[in-house]
Amino acid sequence: MIHSTAAEMATKLAAGEISSVELTQQHLDRISVVDGQVHAFLYVDTEGALSQAAAVDAKRVAGEKLSPLAGVPLALKDVLTQKGIPTTCGSKILEGWRPPYDSTIVSKLKSAGIVILGKTNMDEFAMGSSTENSAYGPSHNPWDLTRIPGGSGGGSAASLAAFEAPLAMGTDTGGSIRQPAAVTGTVGVKPTYGGVSRYGLVAFSSSLDQAGPCARTVLDAALLHEAIAGYDPRDSTSINAPVPAVVAAAKKLDVKGMKIGIVKELSGDGYQAGVRSRFDEAIEELVNAGAEIVEVSCPNFEYALAAYYLIAPSEASSNLARFDSMRYGIRVGDDGVRGAEEVMKMTREVGFGKEVKRRIILGTYALSSGYYDAYYGSAQKVRTLITQDFAAAFSKADVLVSPTCPTTAFKIGEKSDDPLGMYLNDIATIPVNMAGIGGMSLPVGLAPEDGLPVGFQIMSPAMKDDLMYQVGGTLEAALLRKWGSPILSNAPALGAN
Amino acid sequence: MSAISRDEVAHLSRLARIEMTDSELDHLASELDLILGAVARVQEVAGADVPPTSHPLPLQNVFRPDVVTPSLTAAESLSGAPASAEQRFKVPQILGDAE
Repeated sequence: MIHSTAAEMATKLAAGEISSVELTQQHLDRISVVDGQVHAFLYVDTEGALSQAAAVDAKRVAGEKLSPLAGVPLALKDVLTQKGIPTTCGSKILEGWRPPYDSTIVSKLKSAGIVILGKTNMDEFAMGSSTENSAYGPSHNPWDLTRIPGGSGGGSAASLAAFEAPLAMGTDTGGSIRQPAAVTGTVGVKPTYGGVSRYGLVAFSSSLDQAGPCARTVLDAALLHEAIAGYDPRDSTSINAPVPAVVAAAKKLDVKGMKIGIVKELSGDGYQAGVRSRFDEAIEELVNAGAEIVEVSCPNFEYALAAYYLIAPSEASSNLARFDSMRYGIRVGDDGVRGAEEVMKMTREVGFGKEVKRRIILGTYALSSGYYDAYYGSAQKVRTLITQDFAAAFSKADVLVSPTCPTTAFKIGEKSDDPLGMYLNDIATIPVNMAGIGGMSLPVGLAPEDGLPVGFQIMSPAMKDDLMYQVGGTLEAALLRKWGSPILSNAPALGAN
Repeated sequence: MSAISRDEVAHLSRLARIEMTDSELDHLASELDLILGAVARVQEVAGADVPPTSHPLPLQNVFRPDVVTPSLTAAESLSGAPASAEQRFKVPQILGDAE
């Protein structure tokens, strides 16, 4: 039943119609058939997954009360630590590292009985929009294997679209959950900053990083959201407040009287025609469902991309200093004669890929004395202006909407020598991270010109994540009625299925 | 006009502790020039009257009670170390003749 939703799987598990071991085995079988083509996984934990599944089955037989997703499998982005399981962040520098502890997210997944199938591919240290920056080779988009599945969480999104897993974990610093969701026809949510613990999430840009759920439906994402969210004393930036009721919101299927704001600056020129037409049709569906549409202007968003490419590299240059070959990861050139600093330099030369080096050097420059005010300082001011733009927009609308990305999935290799062109992918997703609010992408159809999925972004105010789930759930239901079957039923079959 | 020279990139790579070949330095200098030209736009709106935001949450000095809780054992902490000895991380020479 790999083509079912996670919610349907959970129902069948609860009714005893299938065991978690059987369900997990079906997904492991699927992985062994299609992952040679898709390369969503960096590591598959066959034994561990089956033993977690057997433990859930035993508890169910014993009549223990289980959480809603108990026994359902999940694919974990390789930037989250899982005790004893290789965690590389898509980097050579962590090759072979097995963390001695679980991230809070993994602890929560385990206590919810969610079965972890393995670790998914990603751009190195989550820097990228295509997975082409993975030291272990790119993942492929199940819609067209010659195209990118987005990034950085392309492995997680591809695993969902290829039916290798019904749920996946992602992390989103500038769009790394939402853009892969958009280009693979899946759902991805970046919760409010501080809504999900970052403990055990290997840091890229600490003030922007946020982990969140990836799924094939809005309800599945909501179920996973509630399983992983909540205050964690181990993350000092975790918000000590109740988790928004996102599952109930996803089930409301009603937007009557809600005000939905279209962000003027996130449309028009630079957006592919098919992206625009599907976006407009989705807006019509929301109008038909009783929502009121308003246009809002966020004039400072045009500076968001520039500010992001100063703030994120600056924080990364500091965060990635920990990869110094002393306590974990690889060590190169330690011949007993060379000093620590030289070994460090040689290790980082070999261990980091091109994009990671580019960003570390850029961040080091932006933080240098003499340039700090002009670059990092100015970027921080832009961050204030973007937050103010959001505040003004949310005074006129309950949620804001835009296309998730300017285009559908591009070809592998097409932009790998064009860093600035690659960065433009995130133009509509970055403002959300800058302000720390919530953002969701869900599929709204295929672009007529290339037959590839188009993503629709919904943004909600901080700690009002339920609002984006309410709008997303309603839109998804309306589109399903229109289409008659889920969008992924149009994707090509893979492997021998 | 070039905003960043090859020598500057070499200096930055030393600060960042990343060894780089001459051709890498040349390539990066031209790329950074392009990227810096694009991101310098932030200065257009960063007026003196705009306060900076370093973080989405206005948090300061987050403390927890000073209670002892279980933590990793020495063996667990050292499990990923490239080299260890006597329950410690073993590292190359940090003082003296070598750099």
